[in-house]
Amino acid sequence: MPFKIIASQCSGCSACELECPNVAISEKGGTFVIDPKKCTECIGHFDEPQCVAVCPVDNTCVVDTSLPRYQARA
Amino acid sequence: MDVSALDEASLAGSAVDIGETMQAIAEHKGCGASGGSGKASCGSQAGQGDLPTEIWEKVKNHPCYSEEAHHHYARMHVAVAPACNIQCNYCNRKFDCANESRPGVVSEKLTPEQAAKKVLAVASTVPQMTVLGIAGPGDPLANPKKTFKTFELVAKAAPDIKLCLSTNGLMLPDHVDTIARFKIDHVTITINMVHPEIGAKIYPWIFYNHKRHTGLEAAKILNDRQLQGLEMLTERGVLCKINSVMIPGINDQHLVEVNKAVKSRGAFLHNIMPLISAPEHGTVFGLNGQRAPTAQELKALQDACEGEMNMMRHCRQCRADAVGLLGEDRSAEFTTEKVMAMDVNYDLQMRKAYQAKVEEERVVKVAAEQEELAELASEMSDIKLLVAVATKGTGLINEHFGHAKEFQVYELSTTGAKFVGHRRVDHYCRGGYGQEESLATIIRAINDCHAVFVAKIGGCPKSNLLKAGIEPVDQYAHEFIEKSAIAWFKSYLAKVQSGEIQHVERGEAAIRQGALISAA
Repeated sequence: MPFKIIASQCSGCSACELECPNVAISEKGGTFVIDPKKCTECIGHFDEPQCVAVCPVDNTCVVDTSLPRYQARA
Repeated sequence: MDVSALDEASLAGSAVDIGETMQAIAEHKGCGASGGSGKASCGSQAGQGDLPTEIWEKVKNHPCYSEEAHHHYARMHVAVAPACNIQCNYCNRKFDCANESRPGVVSEKLTPEQAAKKVLAVASTVPQMTVLGIAGPGDPLANPKKTFKTFELVAKAAPDIKLCLSTNGLMLPDHVDTIARFKIDHVTITINMVHPEIGAKIYPWIFYNHKRHTGLEAAKILNDRQLQGLEMLTERGVLCKINSVMIPGINDQHLVEVNKAVKSRGAFLHNIMPLISAPEHGTVFGLNGQRAPTAQELKALQDACEGEMNMMRHCRQCRADAVGLLGEDRSAEFTTEKVMAMDVNYDLQMRKAYQAKVEEERVVKVAAEQEELAELASEMSDIKLLVAVATKGTGLINEHFGHAKEFQVYELSTTGAKFVGHRRVDHYCRGGYGQEESLATIIRAINDCHAVFVAKIGGCPKSNLLKAGIEPVDQYAHEFIEKSAIAWFKSYLAKVQSGEIQHVERGEAAIRQGALISAA
């Protein structure tokens, strides 16, 4: 399950874009979106998802439960 | 906090002594009545004073680093740095930082290229604009690529413009060498505490080394990095200003200790700002009812710290996209749309000629003040009082009472006229409705003043001010502020001595909490 950004809460500050190790985050109409194909939940990079850790608005970067979990390649 | 104790201490330290007075005059007006041997300099007041020439050159036309310069020179901020790496309880990132940018309005985000074009457009239109700062709306060093790219472009196109930045300090040690390389002469660090126990009440978390840290750990990392960054900058000769937000009951008394800590690490200027906190800003402090300090509490704390180092009292807590003199906001003239449509011709000679004229005016102004002050030196009186001044800048009493967006506050004593703050007010003269209420707002804002100096004032507000015990003074219209204030003070002392009037202390004044919305 990759992460997604709840657009109505996004302040558009770009902090997540700067931290994402996968360059999965980009601006779209003033707020930011995560490309689910690129998101690895930061597994293999960091202990915690960077977008969640840096986001100034709580519960804005959340797990997208409609998609399957990211599988790290062996 | 026991403000009265602080106030008494600062008053006791500045009892009038005629020898001291003469000394102060001989030294061409120091940084205020309280003097103090430990001070780095006198950069926040009138002339060069005891500042080394090399530092004076850096601050003399920087409106934020020199109180005197802020009457004459303008600054601009470009909002190229939206991301932040810490969370403060006085900030709501849905808007800009409520305390270091005006709350309630979001800055227009710019790319470095747009920002550089905007700087050139403003510099060509406003020749007194001498300083470009990057202050957010997030933290400049959380957006290092955009921040330094902007500085690079501006340095290339407009080499006469001074560069400065304002940071929370978390990433500062990593960028000190880049800052020095880009010749960024001025760096402001916001330091609200030097004890993690206090920091934990102000900062819920920080993002550092790819991790979110909370509580005492977060505050400790932040403070260590801030102080380390400060030391590294002062070692490299970069002038550092420290901003502190005064939060009653949390860090108000503690800021005296912060003041000592930053002074010992070579900070040049300390700017203690009042917390801006209202529920509608949606900040933690706004929502939990944390109150802001009164104007008296703020001044008492600034006075208590002043013996240690220079205090900045002319900060307007401006937005991350502010343009103009401090206290004025011309950002609406320079929206991205307007700037991109402008045909900009950067004329360095024109700017230099204009600034040379400003310097001539400053010399005349200081000479006029000195002349008036020389006579005051023979007066003996313990009276110390505040007056409010309506000004559009350039050091003159040149604003109509009803048009003033703010009043500058001067403390008068036999040592002279000292700038001690400013009070924002709504436009009173909007015509038609709500005048009574606006006038009441102004009176609340300057209620601690004995007089208000204006270029012009109508009959109705005049009588209401008199009823409130504030003397409206329009006889010095379009004259120099300090010279006029000292002249008025001399006649006030004469009247007190002759028994014509009785000197009484004034009450408290309120710091206005609303947002400065318009640039009208």
